[in-house]
Amino acid sequence: MALLQISEPGQTTAPHQHKLAIGIDLGTTNSLVASLRSGLAETIADENGQHLLPSVVQFQGKNETGYQTEVGYAAQQNASNDPMNTIASVKRYMGRGLDDIKKHSIYDFVIEEDSVVPRIRTVAGNVSAVEVSSEILKALKQRSEEALGGDLTGAVITVPAYFDDAQRQATKDAAKLAGLNVLRLINEPTAAAVAYGLDTGSEGIHVIYDLGGGTFDISILKLTKGIFEVLSTAGDSALGGDDLDHIITDWILDEAEINEPAPSLLRQILDVARQAKETLSEQTSCKLSVDLGEGKYWDSELSQQQFEKLIKPLIRKTLVPCRRALRDAGIENDEVQDVVMVGGSTRVPLVRQMVGEFFSTEPLIELDPDKVVAIGAARQADVLVGNKSDEDMLLLDVTPLSLGLETMGGLAEKVIHRNTTIPVARAQDFTTFKDGQTAMAIHVVQGERELISDCRSLARFELRGIPPMVAGAARIRVTFQIDADGLLSVSAREETSGVESSIQVKPSYGLSDGEIETMLKDSFSYAQDDIDARNLREKQVEASRVIEALNAAMDEDGEKLLSQEEQTQIRQAIDELAEISKGSDQRAIKLKIEAVDKVTAEFAQRRMDASINKALAGQSVDDID
Amino acid sequence: MAITLTASAAEHVTRFIENRGKGEALRLGVKTNGCSGMGYVLEFADKVEDDDNVFEDKGVKIIVDPKSLIYIDGTELDYGKEGLNEGFKFNNPNVKDACGCGESFNV
Repeated sequence: MALLQISEPGQTTAPHQHKLAIGIDLGTTNSLVASLRSGLAETIADENGQHLLPSVVQFQGKNETGYQTEVGYAAQQNASNDPMNTIASVKRYMGRGLDDIKKHSIYDFVIEEDSVVPRIRTVAGNVSAVEVSSEILKALKQRSEEALGGDLTGAVITVPAYFDDAQRQATKDAAKLAGLNVLRLINEPTAAAVAYGLDTGSEGIHVIYDLGGGTFDISILKLTKGIFEVLSTAGDSALGGDDLDHIITDWILDEAEINEPAPSLLRQILDVARQAKETLSEQTSCKLSVDLGEGKYWDSELSQQQFEKLIKPLIRKTLVPCRRALRDAGIENDEVQDVVMVGGSTRVPLVRQMVGEFFSTEPLIELDPDKVVAIGAARQADVLVGNKSDEDMLLLDVTPLSLGLETMGGLAEKVIHRNTTIPVARAQDFTTFKDGQTAMAIHVVQGERELISDCRSLARFELRGIPPMVAGAARIRVTFQIDADGLLSVSAREETSGVESSIQVKPSYGLSDGEIETMLKDSFSYAQDDIDARNLREKQVEASRVIEALNAAMDEDGEKLLSQEEQTQIRQAIDELAEISKGSDQRAIKLKIEAVDKVTAEFAQRRMDASINKALAGQSVDDID
Repeated sequence: MAITLTASAAEHVTRFIENRGKGEALRLGVKTNGCSGMGYVLEFADKVEDDDNVFEDKGVKIIVDPKSLIYIDGTELDYGKEGLNEGFKFNNPNVKDACGCGESFNV
């Protein structure tokens, strides 16, 4: 007998047609999967009752069906014996190039021929981050199919808000490889907010405070008309719950007067420290006992008060990014409506207290902070497969940085501005710069700055086969399209001839959150410089366009229509303009262009007359009309 | 006859309705589709129609439309686990044969 779930009114599906959807929190340290059953979103446990799946994959070999792997706790246990084949924290490598990775990795990375993707050398062959990640997703997929009793319709996977196109695409590729249909990628802080039902609540500012095992992230979200906009993100990629354990460990080493402990002893103390942290989140004191070997034990007690004194500086450290995120978002502390607590370390009462005081609001802690992101993703997945009635809206997301292309003079022309809700398609018309130009290079960039050199290059492609026309006559429509997962495709079409070209943006290098933050900040602090730079480049481009056009006109009609003296005068003016436009005085260029305009006004008039005469020659007045 | 629930089913229904935050009753019924004739309907109910039959067992209000009642009268709703999977089961005395998985049935 099949096991049934309670549906929403009128949403009962036919037998064997259940729309099963899951939400996946694909974390750096641990991953989770959740689903809605009878309207209740819960994480799914494995056969041992474990909800968390450590994001660790051990590669053991390869056969015709794929890699032979251990995933999760089993892999974690083998990590110390088989470190080079056991990959942890693969999320840090998703969508990254070799240079980004090498700095902080123990693994043996190689780049194979015909590829730009770095791979890790293992006994099962060279594996990419996407492949490693897909093994984690496969394990979660299998667990959910067993638990839900059928094939999955689709999944929502969460990614950090600062993940760029490359990192999002890599995550999507991993899901595809695992045989998952990705309904949508959503931002982790957005998922946390959805888990608390904030998406259907009042509009306003919501803060997501995420203190995970090894990383700290703060996100400021703004909810308007059901859309979460990420106003700012900040964090510390090397600060997390593990640091709390280390502080207690150091304290124990100090108190027990242990110098240079053996690795096994250190591991034992670390375990004692972690347990103490968990105990002290609920009790006012905790007994500690360390087995020093040879029948000797060190016994002591740690009070909650002492514990809090130890960890206070660390928690205060998390408030620095909080302040920065608020400042970047232009938000005052008292404008914050809710603070959602995410990550196991937010169970520590002092964390809740200090965060609550900082934002002057009681943090939301009703949901398990380890599971809140997966639960939000599951709720979103349930809506997306259509298990809810129409009144439940779809959640939309926004682009974190503007997208655009390079125009003459190395300027960035933004086509889709930052914080535009996605999915979105925007088109803009461009034209040729030179007479008879038959091809156009399209350079897609991401960033807020005005000059290409300050933005990040995403892709380049060419539109060929433009019919030869005078400069400015061709109409080239460039369309930028971002799908619901935040992935970009760009197409260009010459309207008169219909020639087309397009590209799917799949860059090989990613930006870190720090880099995105820097790019955003730069765009504010360099705003004036950028405007000046843009004005100058625009004037320079205009000058070279004028020179180009005048030279063409002179070659064609100069001899015919102008006296020797006039010709010399114009040539001289052109040379002067060319000289001045090399400089950086945009005002001088502007004045010179105006001067050239004046000098050549007569010439332009005569050309006009000449062409009219030519057109009218041999025709009677009756024919014109 | 009537519709009843096991203790486990009642407990889960109460929890799910509480979590949903609205609606007070559970609607049971049948729909004509599925690989072996008919499929079960198991839904939250926000309103009771005029001709609905209303039952109450272990604090749970159950509503069934008159047409469906013919097929499921005497049913006991149970909640069970199979491996990692868990959910509701219809112990329906009217069923003559069901498809392999029991999701659809004949009377």
